[in-house]
Amino acid sequence: MIYLDNSATTKVHDDVLASFIQVNNQYYGNAASIHAMGVESNDLLTRARMQVAQLVYAEPENVIFTSGGTESNNFAFYGVAAASKHKGRHIITTAVEHPCVLEAAKRLQQQGYEVDYLSVNAQGVISLEELRDKIRKDTVLVSIMHVNNEMGAIMPIQQAAAIIHDNSRAVFHVDAIQSFGKLPITLADGPDIITISGHKIHALKGSGVLAMKKHVQIEPFIVGGGQEFGMRSGTVAVPQAVAFAKAARMAVEQMPAHAKTYSAWKQQLFQYFESLGDAVNVISPADGAPHIVSVGVQGLKGEILINALQKEGIIVSTSSACSSRQTKTSHVMEAIKVPQQYKDGVIRISFGANNTEADIQKFKQVFTHVMHQLKGEFVR
Amino acid sequence: MMYKEILIRYGELSTKGKNKKDFIARLRDNIRYSFTDLAPLKIRTERDRMFIETETEERMEQLMTRIPKIFGIQSFSAVASAEKNMDAIKEVAHKIMEQYKEPITFKVEVKRTDKSFPLETHDIQRDVGGYLLTHFDHLTVDVKKPELPLRIEIRDDAAYLMAGVIKGAGGMPVGSNGKSLLMLSGGIDSPVAAYLMMKRGVRLEAIHFFSPPYTSENSLQKVKDLTNLCTQFGARIRLHVIPFTEIQTLIKDSVPANVSMTTTRRMMMKIADQVREEVGALGIVTGESLGQVASQTLESLTAINDVTTTPVLRPLLSYDKLEIIDIAEQIGTYETSILPYEDCCTIFTPSNPKTKPKLEKVEYYESFTEFDELIAKAVRNRETYSYPQKQPKADKFADLL
Repeated sequence: MIYLDNSATTKVHDDVLASFIQVNNQYYGNAASIHAMGVESNDLLTRARMQVAQLVYAEPENVIFTSGGTESNNFAFYGVAAASKHKGRHIITTAVEHPCVLEAAKRLQQQGYEVDYLSVNAQGVISLEELRDKIRKDTVLVSIMHVNNEMGAIMPIQQAAAIIHDNSRAVFHVDAIQSFGKLPITLADGPDIITISGHKIHALKGSGVLAMKKHVQIEPFIVGGGQEFGMRSGTVAVPQAVAFAKAARMAVEQMPAHAKTYSAWKQQLFQYFESLGDAVNVISPADGAPHIVSVGVQGLKGEILINALQKEGIIVSTSSACSSRQTKTSHVMEAIKVPQQYKDGVIRISFGANNTEADIQKFKQVFTHVMHQLKGEFVR
Repeated sequence: MMYKEILIRYGELSTKGKNKKDFIARLRDNIRYSFTDLAPLKIRTERDRMFIETETEERMEQLMTRIPKIFGIQSFSAVASAEKNMDAIKEVAHKIMEQYKEPITFKVEVKRTDKSFPLETHDIQRDVGGYLLTHFDHLTVDVKKPELPLRIEIRDDAAYLMAGVIKGAGGMPVGSNGKSLLMLSGGIDSPVAAYLMMKRGVRLEAIHFFSPPYTSENSLQKVKDLTNLCTQFGARIRLHVIPFTEIQTLIKDSVPANVSMTTTRRMMMKIADQVREEVGALGIVTGESLGQVASQTLESLTAINDVTTTPVLRPLLSYDKLEIIDIAEQIGTYETSILPYEDCCTIFTPSNPKTKPKLEKVEYYESFTEFDELIAKAVRNRETYSYPQKQPKADKFADLL
């Protein structure tokens, strides 16, 4: 089986899993306990936190371990909104965010916040002019994803940060779930808060991080025992945190090498899909993230393609795992105005650390085969 | 790699006539001690200065960051070496000067120990000076008071170049003024007292009173960590851990609560004095600051001090708490000191200790109980640890992360 759905989730790296198991076996004390085992767990947790902090240029006390990307994004929205009520009730985000951002925005909207959604061009990128127009003195939160999960567009984070910070007191949140470990992203690039998810970088499901700058005012939305500096109560999952820290380090260390191979594969697939003529429309922008290739196939449902490829041992997804079970067209594909005839046949190929060159060759071969099967008139 | 050794200029000891030799040897040993965690250092001493050779850049960095903490060093400089020909010397001079980006006045000083070197001192001076002036616009010569003297030494083995002088910690090499025993509680004050005494050349051993289970291993570990931190100023320190539970319990049971703290301090002082005698120290150092807490009023100090005629040195006596905290932060002990572990003082402290205990009363209350035997036992059963630890603590988490 060839797994090409790494933007949905990744396989845990063997070394990361080994750490996770070892921590569960050896350092299972509650990090908040005062006995020696607790202290040891807490020391280990501190080390993990320091490691993550260094990777994103945060202070350790501003790195909060969470249960994953969705919690981190929710936390950023509810936390910043709650802490800045006195400053205003205006939020800006984009039309192509992940549902866990859009739904959080929607809920705040129901609570009386005003939310503006930035549109994107055909490449999936926001307009900085529109951002400048929409930003207001009472904007409290701007949330822009770094890399779009469905098609890989890269948002201009640094420029956006400059505009936001020059024109408002808003907190700038960046959902870096798809970009961390693939593209450089740290707090030094301008965001005030960054979300990272563990299972997208070969760590465990159920682990994530919210890293923020020192000055950020945010209120916890999970309360209880006051763990994580009072920002996220609940017994800290030290094994997950350690696994996360290790996977994050490996992802950043391997980023240059991966960027090179992924880019080469992406280019290969671009050439391949373009050689198929009108039958396939490449949706991902050439200058997008190196690990995501989305295409629309004319006159076919994405779901059927997924099934046909799976039969041949290839795993890909429709535009995103979250929306793949829904029958309606994805909001991202609507937003970038994918031509009608391709809209229903979108599939996403996404690379990860376990893929090889042979996987890409095999994919091309199988895809050609499947296209013959499904579209008799398709001749090449 | 450009820099090859570090030149160290001595502090106050330069003025100390015939003791000088001892002082230099002391400083050399102290430097060795404080770098025990690195491989053995090559140190060469001369009358007015000392050289430490380095092989790798990492070690150079380690040395440069840690030397400023060692007492007895007035200043130091990184030294680069070059082959003994003018082209090589100029090339290294160029590398040194290109680190300075702002306009600066300089001067080339030459010392030519190797008399076989073809150029005379002032020829070398003029040649290198001229070369640098043509290559850097922002340099100007000032022979009287240059901001940056570039010193070139032509020695037998190679040419050595140095520029830039970094200030050292000053003071006197630890050990040049005898040895004292430090009462180390784990709070903010005692490490600062240690620092100030070491600055004046006093070698220290430390004593700590440990009352398990009322105080935890964590609090003991904190004291060990603090002891280890104090070794950064250039000396080995032994820590004596006194099992104190029995005595403390006895005090609690036999002396009225409001003077129990004074008695506790008196017993600690008695124990410290015995340990001091055993280890051959001359004085006892405490972090007491006048009036800071009930046990540090002049009346309390009188009652506590009465148990011994040994000089009790209190370098912080006149310091405000905030001044002490400032120093603790500077010397890097503050973060460790404020870790929230109970020590034996905080747990047995009565709610209303006497701020002006009367010596006669305290003696009277103590007279009903026999402490001396327990004191001797505690001294006998003490555990001793030596710092800095030769092996830095292995990082057991490294593989996991």
